[in-house]
Amino acid sequence: MFHWLEKHPFFFSVLVFVTVAFAGLVEIVPSFAQQSRPLIGTKPYTTLELTGRLVYIKNSCNACHSQLIRPFKSETDRYGHYSVSGEYAYDRPFLWGSKRTGPDLMRVGNYRSTDWHDYHMKDPVSVVPGSIMPKYTWLYENIADVETAYAEQITIKRFFDVPYNQPIPMRDGSTETVKLAGTLAGAQASALEEAKLVAADMKDQDVKDLVKAGKIPEIVALIAYMNSLK
Amino acid sequence: MENRPLEYDYSVTKLFMWATIFLGVAGMLVGVILAWEMAYPAVNTILGSGIAEYTNFSRLRPLHTNSIIYGFVLSGVWASWYYIGQRVLKVSMAESKFLMFIGKAHFYVYMIAAVIIVISLLLGITDSKEYAELEWPMDIGITIVWLLWGISIAGLVGIRREKTIYISIWYFIATFLAVAMLHLFNNMEIPTYFYSGGLGNWYHSVSMYAGSNDAMVQWWFGHNAVAFVLTTPIIALIYYFLPKESGQAIYSYKLSLLSFWGLMFVYLWAGGHHIIYSTVPDWIQTMGSIFSIVLILPSWGSAINMLLTMKGEWQQVASSPLIKFMILGSTFYMFSTLEGPIQAIKSVNAIAHFTDWIVGHVHDGALGWVGFMVIAALYHMAPRVFKREIYSKSLMTTQFWIQTLGIVLYFTSMWIAGITQGMMWRAHDEFGNLAYSFIDTVTVLHPYYTIRAVGGTLYLIGFLMFAYNIFKTMSARPVEEDELVNASPMGA
Repeated sequence: MFHWLEKHPFFFSVLVFVTVAFAGLVEIVPSFAQQSRPLIGTKPYTTLELTGRLVYIKNSCNACHSQLIRPFKSETDRYGHYSVSGEYAYDRPFLWGSKRTGPDLMRVGNYRSTDWHDYHMKDPVSVVPGSIMPKYTWLYENIADVETAYAEQITIKRFFDVPYNQPIPMRDGSTETVKLAGTLAGAQASALEEAKLVAADMKDQDVKDLVKAGKIPEIVALIAYMNSLK
Repeated sequence: MENRPLEYDYSVTKLFMWATIFLGVAGMLVGVILAWEMAYPAVNTILGSGIAEYTNFSRLRPLHTNSIIYGFVLSGVWASWYYIGQRVLKVSMAESKFLMFIGKAHFYVYMIAAVIIVISLLLGITDSKEYAELEWPMDIGITIVWLLWGISIAGLVGIRREKTIYISIWYFIATFLAVAMLHLFNNMEIPTYFYSGGLGNWYHSVSMYAGSNDAMVQWWFGHNAVAFVLTTPIIALIYYFLPKESGQAIYSYKLSLLSFWGLMFVYLWAGGHHIIYSTVPDWIQTMGSIFSIVLILPSWGSAINMLLTMKGEWQQVASSPLIKFMILGSTFYMFSTLEGPIQAIKSVNAIAHFTDWIVGHVHDGALGWVGFMVIAALYHMAPRVFKREIYSKSLMTTQFWIQTLGIVLYFTSMWIAGITQGMMWRAHDEFGNLAYSFIDTVTVLHPYYTIRAVGGTLYLIGFLMFAYNIFKTMSARPVEEDELVNASPMGA
């Protein structure tokens, strides 16, 4: 059979493809039938948080930081409850990472504050002596791209039925609603409202001035995103 | 015509050879910068804090992986394809104007895509998925480059004179098919600009899959991009170049059959070992773990087949620097494909995952196996393509030892770093509290990061010697009229 195949490259290629594709069919297809469902209490990202998530991706933070807490005592002691699949239901793309040059950030919002991030992103060694993380000074100058984040929100609402403007059940039995503005101007206004809350807790005067002038530096969006990681 | 030997046309091979050297230098240089950045963070702002955004570790990291995997390695593979393809199928590129056009288009479209990709990664245009960072316009560009290669394979195979396709061609075909499938499914994404009525960046997209599903598809891709870019085409290379260079016939046809079909079936399952103890279904993690162990069989099958090909001719390892590269390459392949399965065992993975041991594993494969084989392929082809003897054999030998030393420093330091970090993360004191804060596990790694950076720098120095040697070969040596022969030549 193999001698015959080696003289008939077309059938050879077909057999190679079937052999290679087999594992994917068996492993991936069944899990897709059973869609990833959100955990109770998991909310989609607000416009500013999603803007910050794009900043996180743009700077490949995931190259050094994971967002996946494994079910070991040493990890739950350090980072909090181990990760559960439903918590990632609104993560497109997933940001688990594959290397922990720095610590896990899955629940960083539980134990780091806005002003900690402010000092840390500007000069990591000032807060964590010995840190090898670079300074992210440009985040304080670059203006965040709220428009692209809003475009993504519209797209995921339309395609994946992400429950914006709908009551979302919380763990204590109450419900919360994540608002999605109907227009770009509305989205920018609501992002700015959120940004003002973040900037109020920051020390950097240039950032405060920018936000007062109606602009959102990347750092503000990024901190909003990190504060949402709980 | 029928009784004369074929005049093979190497113009496309030459183009890809230059690309291999250029992208290799660029990708390795970025890697060396990254290594020094981890040892000495001040290197992050080496060109001043004004443009620190573009010299920063996190921006350069995807540039390093992409330029090495899809730049250096693929160029080397394609240079070899346009060389091996003609010779084992017994047709010349000069016989078909169409295939010559496709070959050149393949090269130039690839180069244009490469330039756009470098710029886009520096600007931070990425979708974050490892080894598939590029946004949808670049994904389409890659698809076009890939299809052009596919046309080239189908075309040369279609007009072949030798009816039976050689082992190397099996592996080229498998590479083409598998990467096409992986690339298309992993990059399923929706361009947000078009579905939001023209808002935001036109090149931005959002993944079709969310959370755990996304992770599953990504590592099905990520693991097998490694398999089908860094393994199968490199096996194609060694199955051709080692017998040619040593003058020995392949040791066993049956072993090559077993390894090929075994690898095809098993490799794809193993992707799950990247997400052990994550939130994907447990049975997928277990399958990933088990099949990784099974994978030793076909991997070692190929490697042992190569080593036994040298049976009775081992003195060549001492006498020929080129054979040195290939034999050490095969050895690193065995080593790397044993190390990987060990790391895939659940209890080992608990320590190894997220640490530098994984980085070490990738690099003993990439530097020792892939890098050495691509270098060996170019050294074998250069005299035949440029019709000139290699400029300096002693420079080759020196390069070999410098690079080998570099690799050894690299993986030993990363082993120690990885296991140290993994053990420190999980250490508890007598009261059950964590024994170390996270920063303790970072500062302890400084000496190993420094050793690694030295190792990487040595490898880069060796590669620059290689570039110089090839350049001098084509520019400084007299033209040889006849095809160069091997140690104990086989038939043409």
